[in-house]
Amino acid sequence: MNMANKTKITASPGGREVIIEREFDAPIDKLWRAYTEPDLYIRWMGPYGLTGKIDAWEMKPGGKYGYTHTAPDGQSFSFVGYRHEVVPQERITETFEWLGLPGHISLNTAKLEDIGGGRTKVTALAVFQTPEDRDGMIASGMEKGVVEGQERLDELLKKL
Amino acid sequence: MVEYTFPLDTIFGSLADPTRRDILDRLQLGQLNVSEVAEPYDVSLAAISKHLKILEHAKLIMKRRQGKQQIVSLRPQTMMQASEYMKQYEQLWNERFDRLEQILREEQ
Repeated sequence: MNMANKTKITASPGGREVIIEREFDAPIDKLWRAYTEPDLYIRWMGPYGLTGKIDAWEMKPGGKYGYTHTAPDGQSFSFVGYRHEVVPQERITETFEWLGLPGHISLNTAKLEDIGGGRTKVTALAVFQTPEDRDGMIASGMEKGVVEGQERLDELLKKL
Repeated sequence: MVEYTFPLDTIFGSLADPTRRDILDRLQLGQLNVSEVAEPYDVSLAAISKHLKILEHAKLIMKRRQGKQQIVSLRPQTMMQASEYMKQYEQLWNERFDRLEQILREEQ
């Protein structure tokens, strides 16, 4: 595993946005597929320990998307949104809403950049309507079985 | 389900001011009375009191009376909780992107 490829998160105090950045040792077209093909997307987007299911998937302006993560105890988290802009191999801009807290909608952009050497930089921007919504999203990350993530990673690494 | 009961926005809002951040840094070295807190800054005592009120509301500091003085001290638990959330969130995204990396390696 390349430790130089660690994820960088920026969330300034009192702000409404989160910026997530990471570089990958793969060309843009592969990253684009991972972001746009539902069976690929659901495999990496879901947190460890939860099963993912695509509920809707349209990849065009005005298109609807949705997915549900289910925990072993049966608890489920559903997310939904609408694509606003889809620029092939470059950018997806969409709304994002957790159905557990309806009305707290964020505007998300995933941007792909060719950084040379067959590598791609992914920049994900999420803009929330209030600082509380932004911070609430950050706090909720803890609830999703993060603790077991390390074991899962070790599992994957053994397969390499 | 998740409830946003933890006043993260209050904490992050409090940290958005450089004077307040500096006060917290100094309090890490030990408690101070209000005059000692105010001393290095080129603003009025009233302005510093306002800062302290904001930090107290966010549960980042606590004030107690000791004779004629007000002693200000840090509440380290609160800061730890806020940065803990950020760390866990970062870990969540690291996991996600690690899984994505794995998929990228598998896909031809």
